Amino acid sequence: MVSTDAQLREKTALFWHGHFACRDVNIFFQQLLLDEIRNNALGNFGDLLKAVSKSASMLGFLNNQQNKKKHPNENFAREVMELFTLGRGNYTENDIKEAARAFTGWAFDFKGEFVFRKFQHDKGQKTILGKTGNFDGDDVLNILLEQKQTAKYITRKIYRFFVNESKVDEAKITWLADRFYQGGYNISALLKDIFTSEWFYDEKNMAANIKSPVDLLVGIRRLLPMEIEAEQLQLLFQRALGQVLFYPPNVAGWPGGKNWIDSSSLMLRLRIPQLIKDDDTFELNVKDDDDQQMGMKDNYKKKNLNSMAKTGFQVRANVDWQKYAKQFDGVSREHLYDVIEAVVLQTRPGAVSEQSVKTLIDSASRESYIKSATVALMSTPEYQLC
Amino acid sequence: MVQIKRRQFLQAGSLATASFFMPKFLKAFEGQGLQMVPPGNKVLVILQLSGGNDGLNTVVPVRNDIYYRERPKLGITKDKALSLTDEAGLHPELKAFADLYHDGNLGIMNSVGYPNPDRSHFRSMDIWHTASQSNEYLNSGWVGRYLDAQCKGCDKPTQALEIDDVLSLALKGDDVKGLAFKDPRRLYNTSHEKYYKDLVKQHQHDHEHERPVDYLYKTMAETVSSADYIFQQSKLRPSGGEYPKTELGNSFKTISSLIFSDINTKVYYVSLGSFDTHINQQNQQQRLFKEMNDAISAFTKDLKKNNRFQDVLLMTFSEFGRRVSQNGSAGTDHGTANNMFFIGGDLPSTPQSLISGWVPMIS
Repeated sequence: MVSTDAQLREKTALFWHGHFACRDVNIFFQQLLLDEIRNNALGNFGDLLKAVSKSASMLGFLNNQQNKKKHPNENFAREVMELFTLGRGNYTENDIKEAARAFTGWAFDFKGEFVFRKFQHDKGQKTILGKTGNFDGDDVLNILLEQKQTAKYITRKIYRFFVNESKVDEAKITWLADRFYQGGYNISALLKDIFTSEWFYDEKNMAANIKSPVDLLVGIRRLLPMEIEAEQLQLLFQRALGQVLFYPPNVAGWPGGKNWIDSSSLMLRLRIPQLIKDDDTFELNVKDDDDQQMGMKDNYKKKNLNSMAKTGFQVRANVDWQKYAKQFDGVSREHLYDVIEAVVLQTRPGAVSEQSVKTLIDSASRESYIKSATVALMSTPEYQLC
Repeated sequence: MVQIKRRQFLQAGSLATASFFMPKFLKAFEGQGLQMVPPGNKVLVILQLSGGNDGLNTVVPVRNDIYYRERPKLGITKDKALSLTDEAGLHPELKAFADLYHDGNLGIMNSVGYPNPDRSHFRSMDIWHTASQSNEYLNSGWVGRYLDAQCKGCDKPTQALEIDDVLSLALKGDDVKGLAFKDPRRLYNTSHEKYYKDLVKQHQHDHEHERPVDYLYKTMAETVSSADYIFQQSKLRPSGGEYPKTELGNSFKTISSLIFSDINTKVYYVSLGSFDTHINQQNQQQRLFKEMNDAISAFTKDLKKNNRFQDVLLMTFSEFGRRVSQNGSAGTDHGTANNMFFIGGDLPSTPQSLISGWVPMIS
């Protein structure tokens, strides 16, 4: 996410990673799933849905290995409808029961490849969302894709992610969803519709979202060219700020928005730029995670970051300030502040009180000016927005 | 097996549910004027035992054959357990708990769980924190919803405090959230920067159409002012009690100092762990219980000495209990229901009725 040129693909993949939230201790299976997500992130939603639904990680996470003809397990069918396609309230309990029967037999082998176990599959007749037939899993996904509600549900979620998470314009959703549906679920086309619309650049849609911790951390690294001495620190920050990649809280994904922010997480967000600038020492204990540590916290701590955290750890990052400052070559001194502000923040010019920022600016040299102004602007609430 | 649902549990004794989501024991704080704290401010302290504490070796069913049969190595014999009743004894390390019980200051609720239990730590803890059904995902915690209902627009949003670096889901409301810190001084130092205060002062808040940036500034302003307030209060009447030099001991010392001050805090939250004893349970649980016992012993003595014990209710919980059978590595694996302790100077009943739902969990 930090270094690739395919930024839109990565950003969209992060969206799908939250949409198809999945936990799996098998790292290889996780990787297979991530590959599918990356490959289809800008492709066809139907293909993506099918690939994810047939991945070992997702089938395992949602217990479809236990979904057998004689003892159906409804977890997979429920989440496919509730979270991946239709959204709550657009199907009945009976639809879930019937769909679960259709998904019987969907499984994976030890290599993580999809297998269809036909003796565990229920071949009987099912009625799902008003249609009747001897459906299998693929049929169910096709039925779900035929529902316009699926296009609407996905469009709304993408709109909230890319445009505005708190103020949703229903007319725009309808317009986008219609085109998304007519065009056969082409994700790139949907994104193009969004990014080429005038309203995307309306002031009310600028800096309207609160950056997720991953957005924030990646953004810092993209803004400031740097090398971090202990890369594991990034994991500690992810945990402290409430978003660990490949480890969503549950199948519903990260709730996002205001949920990212409480006193502790906000104060930490505001301090990170200064920690990086000064190689500061910082005291921080993250919560234990017994699903991962299995009660062996104390052993774990001895050889782990937590031991650093216990006594305060140092954020040692070598920022290449010269390289960073280069982009401002040729900017005159009186315009320098405005240009730096425009580079660092997405809010409208002058949104942050210049008077306050100036108290932190070191004017000894041009480089120290650029460095201190940048860090000061990054240590603001405005920097938390995208 | 009798399983008490959380709702039933909350209805038991003086703990009755008021509105849909808010327990009455929190609602009782309402009338007292939210900003003013009269002497006698009632306080709830929540102690989370993270990792799934083994309830059966906490409150031991000393006359249960199945328990001893299934735990040839880990079972705590009747003579070692601290006797409570003919049927039940406490883990030997919980001496202060036994004393509190015999003084009528400790109640035990047994077999507390929820339907369709989940055995993942994270998910089960989420269910406890949000008080959701096990097939439902909520983004706010039960204490957080109390804050939402009671503390909107409060000028000092310090009604719920967690002694930790990271805030738990339980204390997050949709609009109002509790505050987490390890040490009042450190909180003060990190938030007291002139720069933050400056920014807050200069920000033009749009009250009519609150934007995300306004929410961030509001949180920031509240943190700065709360940090000041908490730090001042913590110095007002610092506890002179002797506390063990453990993390939990320090946390409880911080809590008692705040209870003795004039702060408007109603709920304190603190965690201890890890109780995830898959391997060599005995040592690990014993060590944690010693830390817990010593801290609680100091805390309750301190409260009594300062004549505040009757104003405090301390409760413990864990995300699940552990199975009856010991496993192959002298530990136990994830189970379902568990027991909870309630400690306070003003419990309603006599010790004999303080154990409820007494059915050893055998499943």
